[in-house]
Amino acid sequence: MIRLEKRPTPSRAWALSTPIIAVILTMIAGGLMFAALGKDPFEVIRVIFWDPLFSERFAAFSRPQLLVKAGPLILIAIGLSLGFRAGIWNIGAEGQYIIGALCGAAFGLSFYPSESPLIFPGMVIAGLLGGTLWAMIPALLKIKANTNEILVSLLLVYVAEAILASAATSWLRNPDGQGFPGSRNLSRHAGTENPIPLEGLDVLGGFFDLAHVGIFAAMAAVIAAYVLFQKHLLGYQIKLAGQAPRAAKFSGVSPALMVVLCLGVSGALAGVAGLFEVSGPAGQITIDFNVGYGFTAIIVAFLGRLHPVGILFAGLLMALTYIGGELAQLLLQVPGPAIQAFQGMLLFFLLALDVLSNYRVRFGRGGAA
Amino acid sequence: MKLTTKLLASAALATGLAGGALADSHDPFQIGFIYVGPTGDFGWTYEHDQGRLAVEEAYGDAVETVFLENVAEGADAERAIQTMVLGGADMIFTTSFGYMEATNAVAGQFPDVYFEHATGYLREHSNVSTYSARFYEGRAVLGHIAGNMTESNIIGYIASFPIPEVIRGINSAFLHARAVNPDVEMRIVWVYSWFDPAEEGAAAQALIDAGADVIMQHTDSTAPQAAAQEAGIISFGQASDMAQFAPIPRVASIIDDWAPYYIERVGMAMEGTWEQADTWDGFSTGMVVIGEMSDAIPEDVRVSAQAMIDAIGGGEYHPFTGPINRQDGTAWLADGETADDGTLAGMDFYVEGITSDIPN
Repeated sequence: MIRLEKRPTPSRAWALSTPIIAVILTMIAGGLMFAALGKDPFEVIRVIFWDPLFSERFAAFSRPQLLVKAGPLILIAIGLSLGFRAGIWNIGAEGQYIIGALCGAAFGLSFYPSESPLIFPGMVIAGLLGGTLWAMIPALLKIKANTNEILVSLLLVYVAEAILASAATSWLRNPDGQGFPGSRNLSRHAGTENPIPLEGLDVLGGFFDLAHVGIFAAMAAVIAAYVLFQKHLLGYQIKLAGQAPRAAKFSGVSPALMVVLCLGVSGALAGVAGLFEVSGPAGQITIDFNVGYGFTAIIVAFLGRLHPVGILFAGLLMALTYIGGELAQLLLQVPGPAIQAFQGMLLFFLLALDVLSNYRVRFGRGGAA
Repeated sequence: MKLTTKLLASAALATGLAGGALADSHDPFQIGFIYVGPTGDFGWTYEHDQGRLAVEEAYGDAVETVFLENVAEGADAERAIQTMVLGGADMIFTTSFGYMEATNAVAGQFPDVYFEHATGYLREHSNVSTYSARFYEGRAVLGHIAGNMTESNIIGYIASFPIPEVIRGINSAFLHARAVNPDVEMRIVWVYSWFDPAEEGAAAQALIDAGADVIMQHTDSTAPQAAAQEAGIISFGQASDMAQFAPIPRVASIIDDWAPYYIERVGMAMEGTWEQADTWDGFSTGMVVIGEMSDAIPEDVRVSAQAMIDAIGGGEYHPFTGPINRQDGTAWLADGETADDGTLAGMDFYVEGITSDIPN
């Protein structure tokens, strides 16, 4: 008989090694699935994990794409990790991402056709504010009415999607768009475009060739979060609030302030991620502008163990499975849903193995309980 | 700018690797398809994939087709299309409106690749064509059948997004239902999605609860068919035949048949006679087809519906023929006047008689 015995403190060795073991187990289980689909599992896994980075044919193209895809995931996940560490669960980053993009785009388009260099910084601020304000709804409701922030933030995603649809079909619709939905293109208009500082310079292995301002913001967020958690009192208070809420209260940490801070920061980062996306890779507000970064970032945050450096790698890994997954679809005719199942396995194994860092597995009958 | 050079270099490399394991497959003319949904949606994407298979059948070993499914519109689409070009595609069909900007952006980077974008209007480069179907011709016939068959005089309509194509379909169906049944009312529910079985099913149920005994849909899942079956009312297959719900609730269907167009355009590209075009075809070329009308439809209605199909297909009848007023009562088309394509393409108003408002 197998029993689980709770460890007094989580095992550090397991906590560090489970992500790696999860990736390996995903490769094995995924490989079996690909084999069952009649594909060579080694080839599929090579195309997903190796070809985008190192193949002669695709690396030059795929490397810059990696950061473009990972950037918003990392930026949002860093924000979420603050709250998740403090036990404040913002599940609605997708909504904050949408509202941030809408506020930023609306700000930029209100000056159209001006090409002033001041517009883009203004859009960034509008994106930050939009995401923050949207996150303040669950924050204030939690403080004032003791509502559950998980439910409120999640349901506000659907409200945000409805606002997005109305923006794309009416108040932000491109007046020259022949009645079709969708705003003007922001990324192809000087002033509202998200600049790519290192375009074509081919530095650092080409990885930064398409890196827009948002990618650098994500890197900065990783460093800032690292400093916050390692060196700053606030980082300590966040961790304390999550692990021992009563102790945190006695040591003078205001729970209300913690809620406002954690939801505010995660909302701001999600909002600005939306702004960078709409003014860069996505280019315009459309009805289907959001593609799930806000939800995938939750996976990234946990895959990275809520640690800034872990999140950086988790975001890159997730992006790699998207880009490599496309190559596998294209070159080896692996069905799209199989790639999604493969990504799902990653989360499954990670969470399953999580048990091992918190519990000890015992075989045979234990003593008196 | 440098990026373009680099992409071209990679593409050249891809083509140049003639001896390599991957490039063996490059000899045939490679055609790529970008799909917004899964190939198994039994609706929109399914029909495009049928078109892809028809191309394979028509040209055999001379062509090779590849596809990417579930490609999100926006940033991911651009990367997917570029990946496809680097994979060796000579011609790419992007099969959703939301791929418009991405298609044009990539077309600018690869002037030697042919691009065909479905349902869009942007052709920024000479290697981009657009194509769409006159679905409103099919909607007219479905409206005719619906108006004849409803007993509660309430037709439910599940709409996706308030864009011209959808509004055109609602107007066309309503006009032809009213023409045979002056008491008909149309209830419209917007689900803001092309494919969302849960939402579509809920919308169908809401319409049934409101008294509708005919359900029309401009969304791609079969969930409304299932709801109609349970309620014992009638429905119409959408995009694909949805024959698994025949003979009732599905009494007829509006089918998008892309195969003839795809075969023609691929043939032109291979022969080098491909030219930029803006295609908008309907019954006359078989791009829009009405699926088999089941026995549940009274025989005289089947006959009159067939007559309408023939008249539209033969060019003798236009579904938007005046007199038609706008919803606010102002005149749109005078007696005998037919709508011009420009107005139809950007249609953003309901015709007189529809009581709800287009959502904003």
